[in-house]
Amino acid sequence: MKPTTTAVRAGVARGRIELRQSFTTVQDLWGYLFPTVALLVVMVLMRGSTIPGTEFSRGTMTLPSALGVVVAFGGLVNLAQILTVEREDGTLLRAKAIPGGMLGYLVGKIVLISGMVLVSVVILLVPGAFLLDGLDLSGPGTWLTLAWVLALGLVATMPIGAIIGSLAPNPRNLGVVMLPIMALVATSGVFYPINGFPEWLQWIAQLFPIYWLGLGMRSGLLPDGMQAVEIGESWRHWETAGVLGVWAVIGLVVAPMVLRHMARRESGSSVAARREKAMQRIA
Amino acid sequence: MSVGELSVPVPQAEPGEERTLDVRDLRMRYGTVDVLRGVTFHARKGEVLALLGPNGAGKTTTIEILEGFRLRSAGEVDVLGADPASGGELWRARLGVVLQSWRDHGKWRVRELLQHLGTYYEPYGAARDRPPWNVDELVEAVGLTEHADKRAIRLSGGQRRRLDVAIGIVGRPEVLFLDEPTAGFDPHARREFHDLVHRLSDLDDTTILLTTHDLDEAEKLADRILVLAGGTIIADGTADALSRSMSTDAEVRWSRAGERFVHSSTDATAFVRQLFAEHGEAISDLEVRRASLEDTYMALVRAFESGDHDAAARSFAGENR
Repeated sequence: MKPTTTAVRAGVARGRIELRQSFTTVQDLWGYLFPTVALLVVMVLMRGSTIPGTEFSRGTMTLPSALGVVVAFGGLVNLAQILTVEREDGTLLRAKAIPGGMLGYLVGKIVLISGMVLVSVVILLVPGAFLLDGLDLSGPGTWLTLAWVLALGLVATMPIGAIIGSLAPNPRNLGVVMLPIMALVATSGVFYPINGFPEWLQWIAQLFPIYWLGLGMRSGLLPDGMQAVEIGESWRHWETAGVLGVWAVIGLVVAPMVLRHMARRESGSSVAARREKAMQRIA
Repeated sequence: MSVGELSVPVPQAEPGEERTLDVRDLRMRYGTVDVLRGVTFHARKGEVLALLGPNGAGKTTTIEILEGFRLRSAGEVDVLGADPASGGELWRARLGVVLQSWRDHGKWRVRELLQHLGTYYEPYGAARDRPPWNVDELVEAVGLTEHADKRAIRLSGGQRRRLDVAIGIVGRPEVLFLDEPTAGFDPHARREFHDLVHRLSDLDDTTILLTTHDLDEAEKLADRILVLAGGTIIADGTADALSRSMSTDAEVRWSRAGERFVHSSTDATAFVRQLFAEHGEAISDLEVRRASLEDTYMALVRAFESGDHDAAARSFAGENR
């Protein structure tokens, strides 16, 4: 077998093992369940409220938007977090010390993050479908749209996550990145249709993947006619694919360069230095 | 390095013995600080080298350059026939690396992790005639059989270190780098580790370069001791040769007429001969203890720090040529 094939296979195995581990680790389970439960509670509470100009439940509209956020968070924040933590604890250096280890590591992370996102989507969508009325889950079109938005969303967000994770000096100051991302979520029309916002804010939101992920999910899960409350009164599939595609292309070009640069700098002493710093913080 | 250079006769090397490590005039500069200022040493196949030196002497830097994790400023480095700065994946597969202070893969179970990491070496096994370890044998070799199904995060410090060693050798490396491998080991684990090192060098012909602060350990494990201080190798030789060249005293203890005596001597044999000639049967409980590596090392570092660096280096250079 060719070494590259072996490394890719090992990476897939690695991702599967780590995904399984995430189901038996308290912290990871909390990471799955807490946002899911919180979002479901919010949606159920919003059931009575309707979208202005329609009879449609705000809770139901929030579900697909929240799925978009789940995808963006998984690809972006989770990956960035895992990468900074594993740079600090020496996992990455270990990968560097093994033939094909970096390729295996990267493939493993892609499998792990995709798996985690898929699980998060399922545990939000399934109870949501029972608790909320008005979702359109019947046609094959629904699932097809869900699939391509999910896949393209991951390809668009994971490279950004990898770049942030490579550049952040340590896991503690990742919070600096979290704030703008939270702000972006707030402006991306998760809880309120974006066309109620000032125009400049709409433009900012439309530059980033989170808005488009939400829109794509809504286009799949909401019944026909709901596009009336969206910008341009359309689901804008082409634009969704276009913006996510551009992010994906930029990310896939830049991320390997940043990753390579980061990996080159990893050494035993840099890991030891970070450990020292982390220990000082605890002490 | 070319094959031609390999065959340059070196008095100490037996003909035909392959050099697995060859470092010449290695220099490393961080900004304006010279950490390494001309490090030269080599190792032959199956040799165990202990790299000693005060904290901050550049031991870790040296090892990291050899591992290909750090780019050197100048000098020639050859590890298994390749320059570490440009070694490919096949080269990487022939190395084993155990660095300081790992706490990665905390969620992984011991056997699961070793099994997984072993798979990366499989395609290289055939080309190298050294298949990866069988996982259960490896777990046993490092004494973790009881803990094979524990998560790495649940291991004690010494057990974790043994896992690190296991990961370092999972691909049956030809050259193994061990940076303070026995930190946190209890005496039993230490003894087992020493047996493992002997096994690796004797049976598998693994070349081992290790750093340690435990001089007793260095003396037990290493065929040759290197002392790194002030950015150069100030001593290179067997523990015996170092102690002879440093002309450190041996300690002679005996008892006579119910009384204990201690005497230090550079020529213990002559002293003991004299002792018997004078007192004959009256001497009992005789002990002669050669200066330990620790005594030699301390003498050496003292000599170096007192500014007698060149003299110290010269006196050991004689041992190496």
